[in-house]
Amino acid sequence: MVRIALITIAMVFVALFIFIPVIAVFAEALRKGVGAYFAAIANPEARAAIRLTLMTAAIAVPLNVTFGIAASWAIARFDFPGKQTLLTLIDIPFSVSPVISGMLFVLLLGVRAPLGGFLAAHGIRVIFAEPGIVLATLFVTFPLAARELIPIMQAVGSEEEEAAIVLGAGGWQMFFRVTIPNVKWGLLYGLVLCNARAMGEFGAVSVVSGHIQGHTNTMPLYVEILYNDFQFAAAFAVSSLLTMLAIATLIAKRFLERRVVPVKQAQDELAVKVAA
Amino acid sequence: MASNTKRSNVLPGFGLTLGFTLAYLGIVVLIPISTIFFKTFTLTWPQFWAAVASPRTIAAYRLSFSASIAGALVNSVFGFIVAWSLVRYEFPGKSLIDVMVDLPFALPTSVAGITLTAIYASNGWIGRYLAPLGIKVAYTPLGVAVALTFVGLPFVVRTIQPVLEDLDQEYEEAAATLGASRLQTFVLVIAPALIPALLTGFALAFARALGEYGSVVFISGNMPMHTEVVPLLIMSKLEQFDYAGATAIAVVMLTVSFLILLGVNVLQRWSSRRLTA
Repeated sequence: MVRIALITIAMVFVALFIFIPVIAVFAEALRKGVGAYFAAIANPEARAAIRLTLMTAAIAVPLNVTFGIAASWAIARFDFPGKQTLLTLIDIPFSVSPVISGMLFVLLLGVRAPLGGFLAAHGIRVIFAEPGIVLATLFVTFPLAARELIPIMQAVGSEEEEAAIVLGAGGWQMFFRVTIPNVKWGLLYGLVLCNARAMGEFGAVSVVSGHIQGHTNTMPLYVEILYNDFQFAAAFAVSSLLTMLAIATLIAKRFLERRVVPVKQAQDELAVKVAA
Repeated sequence: MASNTKRSNVLPGFGLTLGFTLAYLGIVVLIPISTIFFKTFTLTWPQFWAAVASPRTIAAYRLSFSASIAGALVNSVFGFIVAWSLVRYEFPGKSLIDVMVDLPFALPTSVAGITLTAIYASNGWIGRYLAPLGIKVAYTPLGVAVALTFVGLPFVVRTIQPVLEDLDQEYEEAAATLGASRLQTFVLVIAPALIPALLTGFALAFARALGEYGSVVFISGNMPMHTEVVPLLIMSKLEQFDYAGATAIAVVMLTVSFLILLGVNVLQRWSSRRLTA
């Protein structure tokens, strides 16, 4: 009895907050028919937004994944003073509101700030332009890859890498032949999470884009502009693309978790056996 | 972990990776974060005070805090039931629910915002059934709470789920064999083990809700003194180029977020000590 009641409550709650919104996105997107749906997506402004979103992710994701690899190598393989502080600092962007994240870059690089004024005098516009969007995206997605890679790097251990070095492998040889294959699923996992946030960030990017119509719109910003312009079907059509991305991300996440978690568990079991 | 304590110096790349890590951290995070504190120091006390304690700001704090607490409480109750059902029971659609619970993490907040507004508007899918009952959701504080419940949902489920999975059912069986009722078992055996995780999930959902912008901006209607949350107030000050006012309020919010983060860290240390003890 309790069992059925609890499952029912859980299902109703999840349906209310997860499934109904997902269905609503697609229903609203197709409200004016399939023709209008594809017209909304193929519109030049929509294509520009898609292009800027892809470009932003193409810059932010590789940079933050590279950072994740470097940080996880330093943190998981070496002992140094201040390691705990470093871990805390890496997490900072998680606890900063998206609006405040964007605002940091307006304060630093807006035309009224010393640095921003200097750049503007040399013809470089950062805020209310694409570079600002990329910087804000870098900030909000900063911890994602590092956060996933550090525990995985710790879990796989360094024995194989040490063996490679002792047997005469060079640093990069060891890195590409041993380290990367060992953490590849974790790497991909971090990349998927980082990418979803990079393509989907709204608040931070909204602050630095300055709400300029037609210019510097990523897909999430373009959704807002269409909606505020009462073009609801078009807003939901673009939203449906982002929703598909979100669902694809969740599926990839589940698929990768099955490969990442056993690595950690096997390592934990080994540690228990060694300890016992 | 045993392998972490024995350090060998044969591995290369320490200087390179740590150097890159610190330089990149400095450029992308620390320098931008520090600007907000430098900017704060250029404000005079009356300026700072006028921004952080004006009636409009106080109203925004009140709404942000109460709606975030409401959302986090709803999630603590129902998120717990969802996590419990996913861990303990088998039912059709279980793995689909397990995958989709993370949707609020992955869905862009502007999409969530316009969708929740469409659903809860008085002619929307759910709103139209609530309107005859006199319940208005969109463009009211209740709508803000609904949006903040949406964004916080995965935090509670995903912090409780692993703890429940690790919880040995033998203890419950032992309690039952020794004559405890189901309620007694739950209150005396299961609840104490789950409280740290539940508090952590609550704090994370609350912190996320406090800073949330995208999902709230559409459903709230943004009426100053009535449905304006703090991130929206910061945004509107920025749009009027009132950078001083925006900075002052942002510093207050950042301080609150860091305190919550500190609290979560203390909680996690407490719970891991309890688990290992």
